[in-house]
This record gives sequence, structure tokens and C-alpha cells, in this order.
Amino acid sequence: MSGITPSQTVGPYFGIMLSGRNACRQLSQGTTGTRVVIEGRLFDGRGNVIPDALVEIWQADAHGHYSHPEDPACAAADRHFNGYGWAHTAGDGGYRFETIKPGRVGAPDGGLQAPHILVSVMARGILARFVTRLYFGDEPSNAEDATLALVPEQRRATLIARCADDRRYTFDIVMQGTGETVFFDV
Amino acid sequence: MHRPIVTTPPLYKRVAPGVHPPEDPAYRSTALRHPVEPLVTIPQTLSEITGPVYPYDAIGPIDSDLTRQHAAAPLGERIIVEGRVLDEDGRPMPRTLVEIWQANAAGRYAHDVDAHDAPLDPNFSGTGRTITDEEGRYRFVTIKPGHYPWGNHENAWRPAHIHFSVLGPGFLTRLVTQMYFPGDPLFPLDPIFNSVTDPAVRQRLVSSFDIDLTIPDWALGFRWDIVLRGREATPLLA
Repeated sequence: MSGITPSQTVGPYFGIMLSGRNACRQLSQGTTGTRVVIEGRLFDGRGNVIPDALVEIWQADAHGHYSHPEDPACAAADRHFNGYGWAHTAGDGGYRFETIKPGRVGAPDGGLQAPHILVSVMARGILARFVTRLYFGDEPSNAEDATLALVPEQRRATLIARCADDRRYTFDIVMQGTGETVFFDV
Repeated sequence: MHRPIVTTPPLYKRVAPGVHPPEDPAYRSTALRHPVEPLVTIPQTLSEITGPVYPYDAIGPIDSDLTRQHAAAPLGERIIVEGRVLDEDGRPMPRTLVEIWQANAAGRYAHDVDAHDAPLDPNFSGTGRTITDEEGRYRFVTIKPGHYPWGNHENAWRPAHIHFSVLGPGFLTRLVTQMYFPGDPLFPLDPIFNSVTDPAVRQRLVSSFDIDLTIPDWALGFRWDIVLRGREATPLLA
């Protein structure tokens, strides 16, 4: 038995680590599903953009399967899709992912979750990452999602990406203050 | 329509308060970047229990040896940093991605934003990555990073540290942290290090000098184990 290693801030220089990774490509030609662009900006408690954040996402494939050994349906997961995406915010606080809309994943109560993407936010000034979820603004099943139902109604909109059309979604993340994004303890 | 199978893998234990640092007024940049609303507690689902798997095929031996990534050796004190990635019940975490980034021996990052008046080293990029073996072991060869000043307060200097990024087996095990070196005189003065308020917990961030890891006539060895969240004993039966 030993204790969990504490988190420390990602700091301002993680870009040199990311640049050594393979390019972040979630899609290839063979990926199944509706191509979508998820983009947004990060803001601090004064409404200033955050140009030095690490945004990571994790999502299921178009059929709601995870390419991960603990998903019982792992064998059926799309081999041409990578559910892990990462981005360094730009000078305007912006990030962008080109991905597919995930399918519905099973819920612990036996039902189905609404399509969603898990989001982690790290940055200089953030000592331990914050996690949230992105839901899709044009998705009727949001109304029956058990996780979303735990969020106070007046704050739920902060988790719902606005759709310009069925392929382009905007998801701004507000770390603090008016319109503060809901973050989770999970 | 596909109807995905309900979650059956064991859940992750919740993290006790006091492990991961909260907002810290002494670390000024936290002031506007931490939420003021309470976190909303939610159950774990298959989405949180599964997690990223990095495409490992592109990682080679040079990726974990930061002293051999350029034409010549970098300046500074060569060191070995080795340890294991475990969960809180002591189980090794094999085949997981461990990445590091750090300043060079003079205390300067090879990053455009770093304006510290210290020389860059053309033979040092300061980044590495590796995959843990079947016993959860990782190993890097690098240069001991220098101390450097930062703008947090008057005469502020960071203790020497190496940034670590670990994926672990699931979304909930994701960890980004910093490894420190034993006996650093800047420990009492650093708000980031001291953001972990319990001294025993804070000590988990400090590596140990290890003579058995040290290679004669070549490099000192430092040992540092990384401990991730562990699992509940019994699976959730839906």
C-alpha cells in the first residue's frame, strides 16, 4: 500500500512535450461516423483568454464503443478511430478537434448515456486537472442523461456544445465566474 | 441500433481530500483559473473507467535517453531516473505512457516562452517518453535540470524538477505532476511544491538518491515511484 502521487501544475512549457508526440489525429479515412469539429476558447475569471492550456478529450466511437480492454465491446470498437485527443490552446485561447460524434455508451443503471466527450483541462495556475463533459446541443437524449441530471438545471447549459450546423460545435470553457463551466468530482 | 453493454469493470476508489492540491493563494496564477463553484460529484461510468491508449509503435530507445537525441552530449550532470508506476494497492501498471519535460542544466527550457537569461543547449531538447514494462518500470537517462527564477513573487526560484505526464490504465488515472530532487534548499520557499499541504503527502513528490541505480564512472541514479488511483475491491454489478 502506498499513497497516490499528488498532482502538480502542467506549467507553461508542456508544449515541448506535446511536440514530440505523433500528431494528434483521431480520424483516418476508414473511420466510421459523422465527422464533427469541436472548437472553443478557454477563459479565466476576468474573461481573459487562456492561451497556455492543455485540453484533452476522451470519447467513444460512433457506436458507443471504447477501444480499451475494459470495454466489454472493445473487440467491436472502430480500429480506425482514436478516442484520445489533445490540444494546446492558441494565442486566442482557442482549441479545435476534428473527430466524430460518439455513439451512446451504457450507463451504470442499465440505460444509455447521451453522446458525450470527457474533457480534461490543465494549465499554468491549475495545480490538478479539472474534468468536465461535453454534450451535443442538437441531441434529444440529453434530456434523459443521468449524469447531466445531477447538474443544477441553471448550470447545465455550460456542458452543452452549441451547434452551428450538424458538423460544427462550439464549446467554450470558463474556468471561473459568470458562466463558469461545471467541473466534476468523479 | 447498437445497445452497448453496461459497465462491469471495477470502479476506481475516490481520491481522499488533501492529495491533489486545491487553489493556492501563494501561487498567484491560480487566482483566476480555479472554479469557485463546488465540483459536482458524479458516478463513474464506462467512459471514465476506460481511457486513452497512446499509439506506442513510434516510441524508440532514444526517446527515453535525453542525452542521445542530438549530435553531441548535452552539458550538465548526467543522471538516471528510474521507478515504477503502481496503483495505490501496489499493483504495477504495465504498458503505460510516461513522458517527461524539463529545463536544461542552466535552468532554461527549449521553449519560446521561456525568457530566462540562461543559455540554451543545442544538444538538449528536454523531452522524453517511454512505456512501462510488465513490472510497471520506466527508466530515463537525462541531465539534472537547473534551478530557474519565475515571476510569482520577489526573488522566486523553482526547486529543480522534472515534469511527468502519465496516462495510466483509465481516464481517471491520468496524472501530470513534477518530480523533485532530495534536499533541495528551495523546498520551503516554493508555493507549487507546498501547495500539497501535508508534509508526508508532499514527500511523495521527492525522488531518492539510489546508489544501486548509480552507474560507476557514469551517472548518479534517482528512484521515484509514481502511484495512481486504485480500484474498488468488487466490480459493480449492474
